[in-house]
Amino acid sequence: MKRSIIKLENVWKTYKMGDVEVNALQGLNLNINEGEFVAIMGPSGSGKSTAVNMIGCLDVPTKGKITLEQHDISKLSESELAQIRGRKIGFIFQQFNLIPTMTALENVMLPMIFQGLNEEKRTERAIKLLELVELGDRINHKPTELSGGQQQRVAIARALANNPEVVIADEPTGNLDSKTGTNVLDFLQKLHKKENKTIVMVTHDANLSRVAERIEFLKDGIIVKSLDNER
Amino acid sequence: MLKDYFKFALSTISHRKLRSWLTMIGIFIGIAAVVGLISLGQGFKQAINKEFEKIGVDKLFITAKGGFGPPGTNAVVKLTKDDLKAIKKVSGIENAAGFILANSKVEFEDEVGFFPIQSIPKGEERRLLAETQSLEIQEGRNLRDSDGFSAIIGIGFVEKELLGRNLRLRNKIKINDKDFTIVGVLEKTGDPGRDNSIFIPEDTLREVFNEPDKIDTIMVKAANVENMQIIAEKVTNDLRRFRNVKKDEEDFDVQTPEQLLGSFGDILNIVQSVLIGIAAISLLVGGIGIANTMYTAVIERTKEIGIMKSVGAQNKDILLIFIIESGLLGALGGLIGVVIGFGLSKSVEFIAKNVIGTNLIEAYFSYTLFFGALLFSFFIGALFGLMPARQAASLQPVEALRFK
Ligand SMILES: Nc1ncnc2c1ncn2[C@@H]1O[C@H](COP(=O)(O)OP(=O)(O)OP(=O)(O)O)[C@@H](O)[C@H]1O
Ligand SMILES: [Mg+2]
Repeated sequence: MKRSIIKLENVWKTYKMGDVEVNALQGLNLNINEGEFVAIMGPSGSGKSTAVNMIGCLDVPTKGKITLEQHDISKLSESELAQIRGRKIGFIFQQFNLIPTMTALENVMLPMIFQGLNEEKRTERAIKLLELVELGDRINHKPTELSGGQQQRVAIARALANNPEVVIADEPTGNLDSKTGTNVLDFLQKLHKKENKTIVMVTHDANLSRVAERIEFLKDGIIVKSLDNER
Repeated sequence: MLKDYFKFALSTISHRKLRSWLTMIGIFIGIAAVVGLISLGQGFKQAINKEFEKIGVDKLFITAKGGFGPPGTNAVVKLTKDDLKAIKKVSGIENAAGFILANSKVEFEDEVGFFPIQSIPKGEERRLLAETQSLEIQEGRNLRDSDGFSAIIGIGFVEKELLGRNLRLRNKIKINDKDFTIVGVLEKTGDPGRDNSIFIPEDTLREVFNEPDKIDTIMVKAANVENMQIIAEKVTNDLRRFRNVKKDEEDFDVQTPEQLLGSFGDILNIVQSVLIGIAAISLLVGGIGIANTMYTAVIERTKEIGIMKSVGAQNKDILLIFIIESGLLGALGGLIGVVIGFGLSKSVEFIAKNVIGTNLIEAYFSYTLFFGALLFSFFIGALFGLMPARQAASLQPVEALRFK
């Protein structure tokens, strides 16, 4: 029996825009086990990003319960949530979200700074991570001096900076052509297989979702279908 | 971690050079004014204190009040040798000495000029006068009791060709048509009145200028520094009785060094507080400039803030990052301001020395002032950056990440 790492129970997220209320999530139930590779699919606006933001403690639900390693995160303060994000979660975004004024190395070191790692250790680790994503020769390049695929690999390295338990990737290949997209996906898969990282990935691409062990289909803020990829 | 935030701030400030410069201008004008003022004010106080130390706090000065004597006597009010004797008898006094001042024709070879001549008394009195007026010999020797037509001269006669060419020891000069030999040169004081004076023995001066009895200033050294006020009163009372004048109608003044120098300080304090008020206003304007720049920065970097939060930055981290940035903007502006401020006070000192000829205005420098001003400008920057920084810190991570 695998250990549950994140559990969403009857989670609602409601956005109020004037008089109109938009329910991005409507009683979502989702469980992620340690070491799993889960893909989340669904039409645009179905609440995929909202859901993974909840999983990553980047956002809090309007209603419902989120349990992270047996802790109810609704009881946590903003700074405790930030610490969880820093230590246990690694984010990869569709738009890469690197800081443009910083070099690849500095971007990868950023999460370690907030954990108070000293300069020597974090430089050493950041270089190792950049080598892992095959960017050892680009460490002093700014994001604008890198291709899309390279930028996303920097983002992967950054997501791994504090050796998180869960990597959350929201359409990581959405801004990449299919070849570089596959390349990025290979890295995620390697992480999953070699380092046994838990991975939650949002994707539109049915081909990409095949690398996941489980696929959850979202529509109108709830899971409508769940599929185990037995291979 | 703080070190890293300083690095972040420096990198952002250097990335937005023009804007940073413009923001810093607002601060450095104010800081320059404040530093310049403090530097000059402190310098002035120090100069006054130096004067003080030279004179000594245990001294009193007695001079005749201007104006004429009682009707019928048709004489200008003067102090006399008898007054000095009477003062010496006042209890609580260690010693007293007097000197006479004359303005006289002085000749050296073919050159003629008019200069102040001061008398030097004998024995203990000479020592008291030398102590109070800090008459230090640079070259040659001091006057002796046995001296008759010997003179010591201020440094001006040796450096400034006051009499055609520079005088030297053993040169002969004529004072009021009598021959004198120069036996000593005094150290420089920076006070032109003193440096351009000539000093001769009292008896000789009385003879040459036909002043058998008069004394211009009597200096008193108290036995005990603590009750200067009481001693001043005693001297006033005894001298009044001796001169036979009514209370509150004294024809003489008894002054302490504080009273002599104090009025300078009062004027300075008023000028300083007005100028500091102006400087405070310019600092306020500078601070608002920083706040404005920081608000813009927070909006521009909304996405960056979202990114930092997504990788684990807490609200307090974001707060610190922005406060440090605005504080550093202030401190860098302050650094320029401090340099300009010291430059300003140095130039005022230069002008005072070389144009006005006073030593009382000098620029004061200390590391406390330097770092104090830097810290203060950092604080101003941080203070005005506080609101924008709080806005940055309170951004919701998801909202911030959505920002384009
Ligand atoms: N900040 C917000 N304010 C108002 N409505 C929002 C906000 N964020 C999301 N929504 C709404 O919530 C719903 C779910 O949005 P979400 O971004 O989770 O969808 P998604 O499945 O990730 O879509 P896509 O595939 O296009 O990225 C949408 O209808 C969206 O309009
Ligand atoms: Mg999305």
